[in-house]
Amino acid sequence: MTDHSSDIDSVSGKSTTGHEWDGIKELNTPLPRWWVICFYLTIVWSIGYWIVYPAWPLISSNTTGMFGYSSRADVAVELANLEKIRGDKMAALGAASLADIEKDPALLALARAKGKTVFGDNCAPCHGSGAAGAKGYPNLNDDDWLWGGTLDQIMQTIQFGARSGHAKTHEGQMLAFGKDGVLKGDEIVTVANYVRSLSGLSTRNGFDGAKGQKIFAENCAACHGDAGKGNPEMGAPNLTDKIWLYGSDEASLIETISQGRAGVMPAWEGRLDPATIKAMAVYVHSLGGGK
Amino acid sequence: MNKTVNPNDLKPADDVGPLYAARKKVYPQSVSGTFRRIKWTLMAICLGVYYLLPFVRWNRGLGAPSQAVLIDLPNSRFYFFFIELWPQEVYYFTGLLIVAAVALFLMNSIGGRIWCGYLCPQTVWTDLFYAVERLIEGDRRERMKKDASTDPMKLERISEIVLKHSIWLMIAWWTGGAWVLYFNDAPTLVKELVTFQAPMIAYIWIGILTTTTYLLAGYMREQVCTYMCPWPRIQAALTDEWALNVTYRYDRGEKRTSVKKAAELRALGQQVGDCVDCYQCVAVCPTGIDIRNGPQMECIQCGLCIDACDNVMTKIGRPKRLIGYDNDINIHRRQEGKAPIYRIVRARTIVYSAIIAAVGGFMVYTLATRSLLDVNVLHDRNPVAVKLSDGSIRNAYTVRLLNKSGYDRAIAIDVEGPVNPKMHVVGVDSVTPDRPIIVIPRDSTSELRLLVTAPAENNPEKSIPVRFHVMDIGLGVAASATDNFVAP
Repeated sequence: MTDHSSDIDSVSGKSTTGHEWDGIKELNTPLPRWWVICFYLTIVWSIGYWIVYPAWPLISSNTTGMFGYSSRADVAVELANLEKIRGDKMAALGAASLADIEKDPALLALARAKGKTVFGDNCAPCHGSGAAGAKGYPNLNDDDWLWGGTLDQIMQTIQFGARSGHAKTHEGQMLAFGKDGVLKGDEIVTVANYVRSLSGLSTRNGFDGAKGQKIFAENCAACHGDAGKGNPEMGAPNLTDKIWLYGSDEASLIETISQGRAGVMPAWEGRLDPATIKAMAVYVHSLGGGK
Repeated sequence: MNKTVNPNDLKPADDVGPLYAARKKVYPQSVSGTFRRIKWTLMAICLGVYYLLPFVRWNRGLGAPSQAVLIDLPNSRFYFFFIELWPQEVYYFTGLLIVAAVALFLMNSIGGRIWCGYLCPQTVWTDLFYAVERLIEGDRRERMKKDASTDPMKLERISEIVLKHSIWLMIAWWTGGAWVLYFNDAPTLVKELVTFQAPMIAYIWIGILTTTTYLLAGYMREQVCTYMCPWPRIQAALTDEWALNVTYRYDRGEKRTSVKKAAELRALGQQVGDCVDCYQCVAVCPTGIDIRNGPQMECIQCGLCIDACDNVMTKIGRPKRLIGYDNDINIHRRQEGKAPIYRIVRARTIVYSAIIAAVGGFMVYTLATRSLLDVNVLHDRNPVAVKLSDGSIRNAYTVRLLNKSGYDRAIAIDVEGPVNPKMHVVGVDSVTPDRPIIVIPRDSTSELRLLVTAPAENNPEKSIPVRFHVMDIGLGVAASATDNFVAP
């Protein structure tokens, strides 16, 4: 213990704490008693807290407290309550037709909110969190739709997918004209340039338009149509617009024609409940490109 | 005054002092006079406003609350007579706090702790509780005697104590009760409270405020000011030599002596102080200090010692205001035989007043000219731009329209930026496709998803600024917001 015997302030006659700075000593001004009592009470309180609530970490778990309180259980209860509250609204969503959902502001807001969440969980890995797509994965914000952009068509695509193996899935794929030996190398180059010309893109020197048109008519028009406008029934894209899933440069087109394309969209029926799929369809439709 | 003590002469060892100190209970004596009257009046006004304001009505039309002052938490609205504030207008409260703080500084530089002595809720309620205590248990001496008594308590004493605490609790309960009325329609809530139909949270808050009022005004009293409140420390740092504080004019008071002796010495033509050491200033002090020791942190400057001293001075035939609002400068000037000077208007008070006027003026101006129609626009971030099949470019925006008025509005949206843009509001089939019209209900916001498409032939090369104009087509009130139109 420090000897405080000389720690008396000569001016005030009060004792000091013994701490000195540049010759100035701090007077010992006692705390109020109630303050000290409150301080000790908080310590006592904390002991009670250790006993009542989970507090001490053990090797693989922790003390559970007197009543087995768990914040995780609290969250589970709250989530269950939330689901219950949402249940009614989701039921209303499930009962309404797609067109009616878009006309009812409350249902539209719910469908968009729900759709956005579910989209983030299930669709974003391929289509991107903002549904902007990537090469081979369609942008869902634009007005170009492989399988149709009406509410019902979007819903059908989500439900059954494309080339998903589901019994009702969209079928039809871009054949590998080069790999399968249907077209020869120079024919592929010619038809690729012809396809570019359909949407007003430049063609290579010496490109024979008539020959390209002939190859196109014989091989491609069955799915893409005589004018190359595509066909949503087959998932055949419109070749006359400005949107290209796999790229519009000659090399990409040659690759597409030689190797074929068959992107897969999984079927969500059975994995998501019908009301959720409806919400998704409305959400995707509302992104801006829906027809 | 300070003499040096040889440390060796001082009592050693056990005089280190206690780690904590018990409160010395204060028994303020009743007093009458100018400052007591001012304090009673201000107490009546402050408490009257606090207890009755929730019952004042204000007609805002059908469907809007009719309470003049209401903090509507569920709907996030604050109503103050003709003003209605939304959460995003919280800067008015910031402004109010700035004005309040600077007003506190101004008060302090003019008249010391005016707030502490007259207006602070802690002072007002403590004063009220002391009044109740005095009414039931008697004045200072009686209360001290009763507290010191070791005799077994008689029924009369017990009933006094019970009565005092009952009245205290009732006042405290009313304090908490009035508090919750600011958060709900007062007459409805009162009905619910008495029939036990009110929400649990109302009872909980009444309970909390009953407890704090009872403890703070009944028990903690001056200790709140001394130990808990930061203002005494701040004000000590803010004060200057011209500020008027409750001051013992030692130039007049010293040397202290008795009435009789003073008269004798005066008869001999000698200089004598006016203070007769009657301790009335100490007896009436609600913080239990002696003002004659000079400015002290504990002093809340309520002016009651001025009243007490004036009464004594009148009785002994000496001039009043031996204790009064004054400063050291004037004490010294009087000692030097000069006339005292008072400088209320000085750089400090001018600057404080200017800040109050500037902030207050700015608030009033913005409040008076604020628009009851507002629009916020947020550009879609992912994707920022979408190329459509015909080569045109589309940008999407989240548009939030705010209708702060008490009636529904039909709003037309125009966009200025891209050449010949097409607009579409998701979920709205507008009869005027190039100029969507949306109805926003009264006192609410609407969030819309607005798609703006620049035709292929007018595609901007790069990002260009875009301006959204919204207009109430009935009243012509308009608002606008800017953002960018981004090319991919």
